[in-house]
Amino acid sequence: MRRFLLAKASDFEVRSPRQEALAGARDIIPLVVGAIPFGIIFGTLAQGSGLSFGATIGMSAFVFAGSSQFIALGLLAAGSTLPLIVLTTVVVNLRHMLYAASLLPYVQGASQRWKAVIGFFLTDEAFAIAIRRYLQPDPSPHKHWYYLGAGVAMYGNWILCTWLGLTVGQLIPNAAAWGLDFAMVATFIGMIVPYATTRPMVGAILIAGLVAVLANGLPHKLGLMVAAIAGVTTGYWLETRP
Amino acid sequence: MNDWLLVAAMALVTFTIRYVLLAFSGRIQLSPTLVRALGYVPPVVLTAIVVPAVVFPDGETLWLGWQNARLVGAIACVILALGYKNLLLTIAGGMAAFWGWQWLVS
Repeated sequence: MRRFLLAKASDFEVRSPRQEALAGARDIIPLVVGAIPFGIIFGTLAQGSGLSFGATIGMSAFVFAGSSQFIALGLLAAGSTLPLIVLTTVVVNLRHMLYAASLLPYVQGASQRWKAVIGFFLTDEAFAIAIRRYLQPDPSPHKHWYYLGAGVAMYGNWILCTWLGLTVGQLIPNAAAWGLDFAMVATFIGMIVPYATTRPMVGAILIAGLVAVLANGLPHKLGLMVAAIAGVTTGYWLETRP
Repeated sequence: MNDWLLVAAMALVTFTIRYVLLAFSGRIQLSPTLVRALGYVPPVVLTAIVVPAVVFPDGETLWLGWQNARLVGAIACVILALGYKNLLLTIAGGMAAFWGWQWLVS
């Protein structure tokens, strides 16, 4: 296996860590753009929620998980208790464990430090971008740098937009109406379609979409988990049935 | 409630969820079954994120009408992605279709 990898390495131009990081940061730009309105709205909403200025920035900097941050604001406003908010955070962020599971084959040789870094920056967007790089057949040893570049770009933008929302949010006209968030939809569709080349994959995608619609009423992003599990099961079943 | 305590607790559970499998990846035996199943995760999860964002623009009401600019934009994205297999073109064309349609129907 190792000899195979080494022999293969000469067939590719191996990019430096710096080049990988820059490529990751560049490739995630459409998803960064899509996150801008959410960051600004989060900062704006946080002002009236009882969360202090510092803790709002702190939440974006240390939690770095948009959906759970929005839900925390809502629960705070409703007067929820801390354990309930933390429990909800667990449920909302459970999907990240699915992402970590699909990254497993690519991190097995990585240092514990890299694993911690990858874990910290694991968002929907960073996963979507980085898994494409990991799936490419070239044996570059620097693919984690690509992930890091993408993760840091997403992270910096999230904190900056939170800060913008906190400071000048009231002056910014309704960020939700710009339609910038559609950039995420467009990017994700552009990523999904190339997968749809086999019957099991098409079946998995169709079922995931259908179940996501049917399960939309479930709270705390649970519909996403249900749809993901239904899709993966469908794909695996179609692939392995006799 | 102490807001910094809340931030610390949320950060701790979020990081744990993201990190725990990675941390023990060396000791996790990945069966061929699991690896095959996990191959479906990326497109399936992205679909589960995108479809509701398109057909529930307000998060709650199913809107499949032609006046839904997100739906029209998403269909444009699918056609572009199928036809050209170029991600940037899909994004640019999809955004143009979405904004253009939104402008037309508003």
